[in-house]
Amino acid sequence: MGDTRQKIAKRASLEIADGMIVNLGIGIPSLIPDLLDSSTKVLFQSENGILGFGPTPKENPDGALGNAAGYPVSIVDGGSYFDSAIAFGMIRSGRIDMAILGALQVSENGDLANWIVPGKRVPGVGGAMELAYGTKNLIALMQHCEKDGKPKIVRKCTLPITAFNCVKKIITEMAVFQITEAQLSLEEIMAGYTLKDIENHTEAEFTNSLQLKEHNQ
Amino acid sequence: MDIFNKVVDYEVVKKLFFDEMKLLYSGFGGVGTPPSLIDCLIESGVKEVNLIGNDAGFPWIGIGKFIVLKRAKSLIASHIGSNPIAGELMHEGKLKVEFSPQGILNERIRAGGVGLNGILTDVGKGTILAENKTVVKIDNKEFLFESPLTGDVGIVHAAKADTFGNLTFNKTARNNNPIIAMAGKTTIVEADEIVAMGQLDPEEVVVPGIYVNYLVPSGGINWKWIWEIPDKRSQKEHPLK
Repeated sequence: MGDTRQKIAKRASLEIADGMIVNLGIGIPSLIPDLLDSSTKVLFQSENGILGFGPTPKENPDGALGNAAGYPVSIVDGGSYFDSAIAFGMIRSGRIDMAILGALQVSENGDLANWIVPGKRVPGVGGAMELAYGTKNLIALMQHCEKDGKPKIVRKCTLPITAFNCVKKIITEMAVFQITEAQLSLEEIMAGYTLKDIENHTEAEFTNSLQLKEHNQ
Repeated sequence: MDIFNKVVDYEVVKKLFFDEMKLLYSGFGGVGTPPSLIDCLIESGVKEVNLIGNDAGFPWIGIGKFIVLKRAKSLIASHIGSNPIAGELMHEGKLKVEFSPQGILNERIRAGGVGLNGILTDVGKGTILAENKTVVKIDNKEFLFESPLTGDVGIVHAAKADTFGNLTFNKTARNNNPIIAMAGKTTIVEADEIVAMGQLDPEEVVVPGIYVNYLVPSGGINWKWIWEIPDKRSQKEHPLK
């Protein structure tokens, strides 16, 4: 499972391009700074009040310099600190280019559920509603299925919604999906999996862009 | 009270806490939560406290240390996932939890602190968090009314304070401290360093001392962070036991 999380995070890190301002959620996304190609010129923003955090410090971690999950980070040249209200001002007003969040379920039209399993797990909504509200490009990372094998990419979310029609891309250990105008399409099959695996473990309806691409060539 | 010297000792502060008070506490996963004031709150013996803050800390970190004692009646927060005991208390009906989106929660507290009567937003519209909220229609657009929040008492952790209560902060331990500092009827600040007036550069002051009522010197962080604990899975266990 540790490997799966690393694999998803590594794939997600490829989405980050030079010049972006990126917010990372807790869970799998928080693994990204340590996996990102160090030549990428990016500023990571976090809700607790930092723009420009870097990888986990190799020595002398500082209890007063952490990410949203409470783990130590470093600060890069040009970084800044501010209060949480300002951090969310940036988020709601659309200053963040990309947010990469963990998810419990994503529906085929891009609805995101990632904050509560009623009666069971109550992590809490945190900043997810506002990241989904204000961010142009929202990427959801998750294991493809629940532990009992139930699909998490669904026709309609059964868990309470965080935000509607907001997810633009889904990355799992099996596949990468794109959501454009409320339409889910398969973009990539990860090494070690087949189209059949993905069809068997995905409840949502999707078009296969891979086949389309081949057909067009 | 000398407004130019707000420094008191913890025995004075202890008497400011009371049963059923609304307590605003600062911090983000315990980072920026005042450690000595949390201990003082616990020692004060108060119960049935109504908490307002970002999250439930960890069971051994920040406000989590108080929550696990079952002396909080309600909690308004954005996140409780790092404190599984808070989740259990919620499911057992022993802790009433109201979730607010994190930035909206900050703005509600800010509104309370700056004399505004609430905010309008469409964040959370159509979700279960919008249930029972007043909807306001302006120019044919619908917004949720989010009520302002204030506290009877607010507790804050600063890096440096002068004796008037001008405050500076330490990196991401600033988080919601400046917001919390403005919204309590009584604001108590624990500072790592207390200096004379004139010793802080006015340009570095983040919170002006006008918001601060009492100052106490910090005893320093007295918990282990989650990343200092070898087995991070055993969150329910107190790692120092």
